[in-house]
Formats: sequence, structure tokens, C-alpha cells
Amino acid sequence: MELIDYDTQIPNNVALASDDRLKRALEQWHPGYLNWWNQMGPNGFSESEVYLRTATGVDPKGWAQFQYVKMPEYRWGIFLAPGDPERKIGFGEHAGEPVWQEVPGEYRAMLRRLLVVQGDTEPASVEQQRHLGATAPSLYDLRNLFQVNVEEGRHLWAMVYLLQRYFGRDGREEAEALLTRRSGDEDRPRMLGAFNEQTPDWLSFFMFTFFTDRDGKYQLEALAQSGFDPLARTTRFMLTEEAHHMFVGESGIGRVIEATTSAMVQAKIDDPFAVDRIRSLGVIDLPTLQRYLNFHFSVSLDLFGAEASSNAANAFAAGLKGRFNEHKIDDDHQLASATYPVLRLEGANIVTRDEPALTVLNARLRDDYANDCANGVKRWNRILEKAGIDYRLTLPHVGFHRQVGEFQMCPVDPEGVVHQATSFEDLVATYLPTQADREFVASLMQPVYERGSYATWIAAPKVAIDNKPGDFEFVRLHG
Amino acid sequence: MIDFRTHPDRYHHWTLKVNERVAELILNVDEHETIGTGYQLKMNSYDLGVDIELADAIERLRLTYPEVTTVLVRSAKDRVFCAGANIGMLAGATHQHKVNFCKFTNETRLFMEDAPANFVAIVEGTAAGGGYELALSCDIIVLVDDGSATVSLPEVALLAVLPGTGGLTRLTDKRKIRRDRADYFCTLEEGIRGQRALDWNLVDHVIPRSRLGSLLESLVPEASSSAPTPNGINLNELNREVSADAIEYPHVRVKLDRELGVARITILGPTAVPSSAEALHGQEDASWLIATARELNDLICHLRFNEPTLGTLELMTRGDLATAQHYSQSLEAWRDHWIVREGLDLWRRTLARLDLTSRSLIATIATDSCFAGPLAELIWCADRSFFLDNAMTGMVVNPMNLDAFPMMNGLSRLASRFLGEPERLGELPAQFGVELDAATADHLGLVTFTPDEFDWDDEVRLALSARNGFSPDALTAMEANLRFVGPETMATRIFGRLSAWQNWVFNRPNAVGPEGALRRYGTGQMANFQRERI
Repeated sequence: MELIDYDTQIPNNVALASDDRLKRALEQWHPGYLNWWNQMGPNGFSESEVYLRTATGVDPKGWAQFQYVKMPEYRWGIFLAPGDPERKIGFGEHAGEPVWQEVPGEYRAMLRRLLVVQGDTEPASVEQQRHLGATAPSLYDLRNLFQVNVEEGRHLWAMVYLLQRYFGRDGREEAEALLTRRSGDEDRPRMLGAFNEQTPDWLSFFMFTFFTDRDGKYQLEALAQSGFDPLARTTRFMLTEEAHHMFVGESGIGRVIEATTSAMVQAKIDDPFAVDRIRSLGVIDLPTLQRYLNFHFSVSLDLFGAEASSNAANAFAAGLKGRFNEHKIDDDHQLASATYPVLRLEGANIVTRDEPALTVLNARLRDDYANDCANGVKRWNRILEKAGIDYRLTLPHVGFHRQVGEFQMCPVDPEGVVHQATSFEDLVATYLPTQADREFVASLMQPVYERGSYATWIAAPKVAIDNKPGDFEFVRLHG
Repeated sequence: MIDFRTHPDRYHHWTLKVNERVAELILNVDEHETIGTGYQLKMNSYDLGVDIELADAIERLRLTYPEVTTVLVRSAKDRVFCAGANIGMLAGATHQHKVNFCKFTNETRLFMEDAPANFVAIVEGTAAGGGYELALSCDIIVLVDDGSATVSLPEVALLAVLPGTGGLTRLTDKRKIRRDRADYFCTLEEGIRGQRALDWNLVDHVIPRSRLGSLLESLVPEASSSAPTPNGINLNELNREVSADAIEYPHVRVKLDRELGVARITILGPTAVPSSAEALHGQEDASWLIATARELNDLICHLRFNEPTLGTLELMTRGDLATAQHYSQSLEAWRDHWIVREGLDLWRRTLARLDLTSRSLIATIATDSCFAGPLAELIWCADRSFFLDNAMTGMVVNPMNLDAFPMMNGLSRLASRFLGEPERLGELPAQFGVELDAATADHLGLVTFTPDEFDWDDEVRLALSARNGFSPDALTAMEANLRFVGPETMATRIFGRLSAWQNWVFNRPNAVGPEGALRRYGTGQMANFQRERI
């Protein structure tokens, strides 16, 4: 076998070169990973040179090294945020004890499951997005897509590193299995629902990076609190990259709104519901945008699981998965008697009930997430406000279009009204993108590969990345 | 009051679909439809209510749909087959309910295995704990491998209890899994999936979903052209009247003596004999053979769950002995006929349920008794029997008593009774069909005591009241020990171990104490174990 110089090929700060066991495990896994990337990574751009950042270290300089690189040659690295030798477990029954550097035996299964579920989402989104390159609205967006893709690939590496380094044979098997499941595959689907949905167009992509990657952020934030130190340090570093993905989503939707509003203003259309006229301008009407938002927000909420969860409670009590910003919360970090208000269905009404906080951690994390989403929506609405368009985007009620938890298959509309006479399916048909919406959006999806050009339906960015102008050649398509 | 009577039209949790030779039993638990309060049946977890429907469906498959040769057991829920018995239900239930719940679910699993149709579990997603035990009770387990689907018995790791539906025993005895592998498997919270599940014989087939259809086709046997399948019979809702101190069915009458803790059960013998097996078949569920067994079965379940303080069941019969014997003789002659075979099997299961019932059983044979055929078994089900010695006859032994109603140990009640005196069995054929009086029955060893009219009332009363004075726990344990003599079978091992180990664990602080795993499951608090080995 050809020896791989791991320290060169795999940038890392985990002393890979001197860890024989880990090296052997990665040697076995690495060809399978490259094979997966070539099969399931971005379709058709393996020879293109993409202006990507590569993490080569954990300081701010190290993780923002920009250069042209062919994606299959991307140097996926393994990084842990700097450790603190004094760090103590911050919550649960072991609060105050030194953090674990090895997996505690009694929590091995629980911890492994957390890693596998998190790890499974990372390659899934790459698979979901693999055909989008063919319809990119600009080279800039194409680069952003690829940046997101290679970093999701690196996040898979991060989880695989933990599985292989700390979980022995089981960990190696799980790492293999992460490469064999496929998004949307009938036989071997990805583990979570939203990661088996299609990302058929760029509007979906931006929505996905805003809403679904933000679920990832909250899960990572909760894991960054972990008493298992290698997990905490790994996820802290992943979060620095995740922020960019959400930026892609938020700025992407923002630019879609800008294109729409400026086209409406130019054509002197005040009525946001004059859908046909607006669409004829080659931009996406706001009601369609709202329906896409309804879909992506609701399926992302499902990723938080049922409101009450014994798994989440166990993981908290064990000190493995905390709350968002656990270290900033001022309480006992035990939740022995604390309560938390949870939305519940009571007959035809949605009521708030105080429930043992430990058992409804999923609901709490979901609420934190929804607040964060609401702030992003506010920023989008500012664009509408500035343009003088009388339309505001809103987050649907958390009970709308849910497949998981308290409101599973309940006929709750986006306002939070529980319907008696209207079915779940009818509400969904009214408030989610219609076939016609999707066909219209698909019709706009024509590639724009000229430097500095942007599709009609999306505005140019105010600033691009790495202080480059918008007409920078972000992707050299043919090497 | 828990009612065991149900019908597919009223099922909340299961759907029974019959399509010629193939039936589907589809589990889609309604999480809000619970027998108790304070828990929800998430993830296709079950409580007694779910199992009552399953038991009902299994009986109907035999009696109403005899044409069915294959039963597909599957889940309608995404990515979960069944999560087993509901933890919240177990944690909140009384010990008495837990034990009887486990007993009932175990009987249901054994009755699945007993059914003539081939049961195929289609595991899509997780089959955890009782969910995997449900699959283990099927003849074939198909794991639809989506990369995540697992089978597991996580009770030890998660709950500090044992798999309560025969899971451990079926691993080693039914599927012959090596004990070291079984040990490893039973300590894995997350279970085993895919190829390893197949390699270890935890499942029979591992296939991707896209190939499920063709696999199932290959598992359904071709229609056999030789024997036409019989017409099934409808099972109508049992009529019964429950009052404060009596329960009345058409063929079973019960008086509840709460002071003495006795349910006095009188089973009425047949009043007429059908002219042919076809005529008996034509009576459908109204025939004495079918109706009486169903009523007795319902009564046993009712008493177990709803009358836990009636510690003794007095078993009596009333009717014309000659007619009962004529009926039994006819059954003997028609044993090749489907309805008779199924009817006797229904009695076999019902009597086995009685054997497993943790009540003292006292049979009394007095004036107007008609212990013939299936009814005669009640005498040997009983822990003790009394036959009034007044020259009247009251019982008849028939060939069926030697082979139609084996106990769960695989032996007939008579063979179990005469384990130490096998020559006694040899004496019986000479007595087949003979109406026996007390003295003869005593001579043959068929009854315990034969008081005469002067002593009868006192003897019976004393036996019943003495029973009422002992510790119910000691009696339950003693009776279970004495009832199942001789060889062990998978069924006796399952129930013996359930009673000894699981019910012990269910009482231990490590499971049910305030810091025990069962009590703390789902609260997020970790269990705190007492470390000493016992």
C-alpha cells in the first residue's frame, strides 16, 4: 500500500502522525471517503479550481487559508479547538468533576449514538446538494456551495475521527456505515427526515443553509458543552465553519428578496400578490418565498425530536449534551426541580404547560433555535421595509406541518390555529410550495457562469468573500 | 375494569388485513389510547390494551380465517417496528399488574407460535425489547436493512430489568444463539444491525427495502391443491353479566365469595349432541365446544386482572353426565375434522392459561357433576380435588385426556399426575368412557379426597378457608412449583424464569426503588445501584 503522508495530506492538530492506531483506522477509511466524495459529492466539477478556504490550524489565520483547489484534492483536516486543562464538566450529575478525555464506559452507547446521528447529517447535505452546481446563479454562489460542501465533508471527518479514535471496532463500523447510507435512498436512507428531502433548486439550498444548518448549529452548540472533552473541542471548531453556512443562507435569501423588490419597484408593482406579473420579471414572488420558508422551518423543527425526550434528559444528566449556552445560564445546571414552559395541544387549543425541565430539553433547544430564526427573518423584513413593499415574511407557528412530537400530523395552520374542519393535508397543500411554485422556481434555475454576472432572481452580494470583489473568478470551471 | 373482549372493528392499535392466504397484522399504536393513566404509548410501545387486541387477532386468525397460511407482522410507523412494553406504564404499574401483564403477553407470544399459520416479522427500523421479543415469537424474522434498523434487548442496560416476554430464553433455546454472543447482545443498549444480526442468527433475512416484495413472495408457500380449506367461523362478542358478586356467561356461572376469597365457578355441560361434525361446525361460535372454552378463557383473564384478591377458584361442573360423555365421544370420533381439532386446541390453550393462573385451584365433584372430555381436565388442573362419595357418578376419562390437552411441559395432565406411577396410565384405557364414582376414581388415583355426605361440607369448607389463611405469595410460588412436574420445555422455562427472576428483579430497589433504573428512566436522572450481589 502506498504510504500517505498524513500530516501533509490531512492537516491536523491531533498528532495524527504519531498515533498508529488512528492512522491505521483512517488508512482504511480514507479510500472509502474519497470514493464517496467522487460518487456523491458535487456532480461534474471535480476538475474545476475553486477558490476555497482550507483549515490548516485552529487560530483565526489558520482556518481561513484561501486558495484555488480542485475539490477531490481538498485537504480535509482534523481539528480540535484549543483545550483547557482545568476544564470541568458544566452540568448534569457529574457537574464540577474534571472533563473526560476518554469515553466513560457507562455512557459509551449514548455518546456513540450522539456522534452517529450528528455525523450522518454531514454527508447527507452534500448528497442532497450535489446537482446544484449545474444551475448556479453565479460563480460566487457556486463557490459558496462548494465551500459548504467541502466543510460538511470535513465535519464528517471530525465525527469519524472521534468514532475511530475513541470507540474501537464499533466506532470503525459506524464510520463505514456513515459512507454507505444515502440521502433519500429507499434502501439506506439517512437517519433524519429532513436529510432525505430533496434540495432541488437554489432557493431550497439557501433555505436549507439558513434553517437546517442552523439546527446543526444548535446541536453543535449543545455538544460543545459536553463533558467529553474531545467532542466539545471538535464541535467548537466546527461551529466556526457552520457560521459561514448560515451566512450563505441568510445572505442568499436576502439577495433573492433584493432582486424581487428592486424588480417590483422598477416595474412599479405595489401588490406583492400580483404573482404572475412579478414572476414575468424573472424574480421570485414573496408569497412563494413564504411557502418555501414554511416548509424548511417546519421540517427543520422536526430535527429537534419530540418535546419530551428521555434520550435528551439522559444525555444531559450524563453530562454529554448540554443546553444552548449552558455555561452562560445562571441556574444549578442539574434541573432536578426546574420546570420549562412547553406548548401542548389540549383539545382544540394550544396551551403552555410547565413541565420538568430535564425532560423537555428538546423543546428548549428548539425554542432557542426558533428565536434565532426569527431574528434572521427580521433582517429580511428590513429589506422589504426599505424597499417600501407592503409584505412581511413570518415564521409559521411551531405546530404547523409537523411530523414529529406534540403536533405530529395535527391540523395547525401557520398562525397557530388548530383546525377542526380542515385536514393536515389540506393545510399543507395551502401553505407549502405547490407543484406550480416549484416548477416556476425550477424554470429560473439557469446557470450563470460568467464572471461578475448574476441570475435575474438574485442580487449581487455587497461584499464577496476574502475581500474579493463580486466579479472575482471564484471558480475556474475548466481548470 | 379491564375488558378482554374486543373485535377488529374496534381495534385502536392493530389492523388485521386478510387477503386470501396471506394476512397482515399491522401495528400502529395510538399513543393516547392507554389502559392506565400517566403515560403515552410512543414509538409503537405497548400496554395490556395493545396485547389484548393482538391476542384477539391471533384467535380470529385460527378460527375465522383458517385459509391463512402466512401472517406478516409489521409496523405502520416510520422507522420503528415496536419499542416493547411501555416504560412509563411499567414504572407506574402495581407489581400485581406488571406480573399479570407479562404473563398475558407471554401467553400471547406462545399462542402465536402455536398457531398453524407461519408468522413473519418484518422489522423496518428498531425492534427493541418487547418489540424484538414480538419478532422472536414469529417463525421468521426479516430485517429490512436501511443501515439503521436494529434489533435489541436493552432491558439490562437501560432499565435494570430483564426482557419480560421470553426474549432471553428464545435467544438460546429457540434460535440457539451461543450464550457468549447472547450475553454481549443483551448488554447492548443500541442492539445489533445488518450483517452481524444475520451472522449471529438474531434474524433470518437481511435485505434492502427494494427487495422486500420479492422475498415475501418467496416466503408465502404455494396454495396446496389437495385439501380444501374449511370455512372459518365468526367469533361474536361474548355475552356476560358482571355484578358485584356474580358473573354469568351462557355456559359459565361464577359466584364471588369475597369473605372467603373464593370464586365458585360452575361450568354447564352440553345439553345436546350435534348429529355430525358438520352440524357442530354449522353451530359456529355457539357450539358448546367453542363457546364454553371462550367463556372460560375470558373469565380467567377477567379474574386475573380485575379480582386479584379472590385467591381460590373452586371448579365445578353441572349437567347431565351421559350427555357430556356422548358429546365427548363424538368429539373423539370427529377429531380429524377441522372444527373439532381447533375446538380442542382452544380448550388446550385455555386450560394451559388456567395452569398458569396464580390462584389456588380446587375441583369439587358432587351431585350433577359432568366432568367428561375437556371438563375432566379441570380435575387435574386443580391443586386438589374432592369427589363426593355418595355412589353417584360424576366423571369420565376419555382418550383425549391422554393426548389432546398437553400442559406446557409437553405432558398430558394425567401423565404429569402419574409421573411417579406410569403404570397408572396403563390402567386408564380400560376405563375409557366409563362413568366413574368416587370410590373408583379414588382407586384409580384420579382425585385427592372422597368425603361422604356427612363430611363433605366441612372438608370442602376447611380446605377453602385454610387456603385463605396462608400467604398468597407462598401459595403462588408453591403451586407453580408443584404444578409443572417433569420435563422442561421452552414454555415452562419462559414462565419459570419469568416468575423467579423477572418478578424478583421487579421487586428489587435497583429496578423499582426511588433511585432504581426503571423508576428513573426518562427523568434524566441516573440510577443509583446497590452494589452487592445477591
